[in-house]
Amino acid sequence: MPQKPDIPGKGIVKGLGITMKTALETMFPDGPLKPPSPSKGAATVQYPHEKEEPVTRARGVIALKIENCTACMLCARECPDWCIYIEAHKTLAPPRREGGKPRSVNELDRFDFDYSLCMYCGICVEVCPFEALFWSPEYEYSETRIGDLLHDKSRLDQWMDTVPDFEQYEAGSEMKVKKVPR
Amino acid sequence: MSVARLVDSVGPLAAAVGGDPLLSGEVDLTVVLIVLLKVLVIFVGILVGVILMVWFERKLISDMQNRIGPNRAGPFGLLQTVADGMKLIFKEDLIPEKSDRFVFALAPFLSLVPAFLTFAIVPLAGNFNDDLGGTVEILGHKTFMQLADPQVGILWFLVMSSIAIYGVMLAGWASGSKYPLLGSVRATAQMISYEAALGLSLATVLLLSGTLSTNGIVRAQSGWEWNIWMTGIVPFVIFVIAATAELNRPPFDLVEAEQELVGGFQTEYSSFRFAMFYLAEFLNTVTMSAIIVTLFFGGPAGPTFGLTNWVGVYVLPFVWFFAKMFVFLCMFVAFRATLPRFRYDQVMDLGWKVLIPLALAWFLVLAGVRVAADQGWNALAVIGAGCAGIMAGGGLLLLALKSSQAKRLAADSAAAERSALKQTGGVR
Repeated sequence: MPQKPDIPGKGIVKGLGITMKTALETMFPDGPLKPPSPSKGAATVQYPHEKEEPVTRARGVIALKIENCTACMLCARECPDWCIYIEAHKTLAPPRREGGKPRSVNELDRFDFDYSLCMYCGICVEVCPFEALFWSPEYEYSETRIGDLLHDKSRLDQWMDTVPDFEQYEAGSEMKVKKVPR
Repeated sequence: MSVARLVDSVGPLAAAVGGDPLLSGEVDLTVVLIVLLKVLVIFVGILVGVILMVWFERKLISDMQNRIGPNRAGPFGLLQTVADGMKLIFKEDLIPEKSDRFVFALAPFLSLVPAFLTFAIVPLAGNFNDDLGGTVEILGHKTFMQLADPQVGILWFLVMSSIAIYGVMLAGWASGSKYPLLGSVRATAQMISYEAALGLSLATVLLLSGTLSTNGIVRAQSGWEWNIWMTGIVPFVIFVIAATAELNRPPFDLVEAEQELVGGFQTEYSSFRFAMFYLAEFLNTVTMSAIIVTLFFGGPAGPTFGLTNWVGVYVLPFVWFFAKMFVFLCMFVAFRATLPRFRYDQVMDLGWKVLIPLALAWFLVLAGVRVAADQGWNALAVIGAGCAGIMAGGGLLLLALKSSQAKRLAADSAAAERSALKQTGGVR
């Protein structure tokens, strides 16, 4: 059973009062005697003129740390949109220790992210075993040509500068906070 | 007054179009020009007014929701409505294949034209103090500041709002699609049932002023004898609720309940036909506010500080009229920003079980008080007896509702028991 109000219509009057109060607060943010300025009182951020600071974990763009990528193709295969293109060749890298054998590594020829296809699910970031892909909160990379939304590996590597450090876990957590390779 | 005597006293034209002194004498070119001027002023005025109303509503509702609202087109976004209209005109005008083409094209006009026509009977200005009766002088002719003052004044308003229902009903029916049809069925049921409450609450006003003419109603309210307190507020409250339902505005906007019916009756409409429905909706809001002001708040009546020049005749009364109307426009916007939509059965319950009986009862009590005043009876005793009679009536109504509900519940539980017995094969 819905609750019956003690006075009929009380809720309606109260609700109308709240909307009226909000309207006045939005219209006159500096007090009732100052000139009205709804653009100041409103919660709206008028984007191109003023910018909103995105939260650090926002999914803006995906950055690539080229040195960490082994061209294992896991990200490209898991991507639901098939928007990652990877080509690589084998090459020899100098040994880690003095006198050791040269190592065989994959060097990237091509690592492209097609942001016109990407749906920002973040599966590639989660699936990467070598900490080569990271989320960055940067969001201003719109283009007038759709083809320009294809970011190549140097462009993806530039996004690494904008990746923020991982936040501390909550108190008592035994997990180690991951480090962003700089 | 018989028709023949009326024609004798005020002239044939005035008998047809009402008590406007402009038409009681000789009708020459100046008179025709004055009428045409009024038509022009009112038409342009309400067109501009409705454009501003759309802007105002969007701006105010965004303030109520802590947003900014339209602010790109023109200063403060004033031209937003014009921009929207231009966009709609240049869009493709779709007519569904299954639609009834003629009725489909007719419906928007049936919605828009009555909204314009209702404004013809609203007194916009004129000094109602100092026994002037709202007359002004234009080019040496005495006239009212309203397009027409027919003897049937308020009936004209009721007729026009009824015709507007046809616009909604036929739009849904002619679309040849199920959501518009459902929307229009709802609209018809809702608007017809609230029309009754609207008319009944209006009857109290007519009882007090003793005339249907809008000018007469405003004149009867001059000197702060506004109908809102002369009729005891309740008819006003009923009228506002019924008017909101009649306008299909929230919280009574079941007709175009987006979450249930896509867009209601206007789902299949696009381009300019859609713009017409949109315009009619806002126009009706303005018109209904003007009618509320005319009926309950003395229209343009207000202190004129003894001025009888153009300030006291045109400016001040219009300012009063507009100020009163503005309050109601704000009220309708606040309703929309605050109240969640009614459920369909709640709308019907409110209309038939609360508003109509209440309006009828209030009308009867008021009529009793009038008769008592005429006959010199004790007013208190009459009010007491009237209230007692109405309480008895209300009690009977409640009793009938309760007993029918109990009967229905008993029938339901009996049916449930029977089906339970059937399932268990007769074993309890």
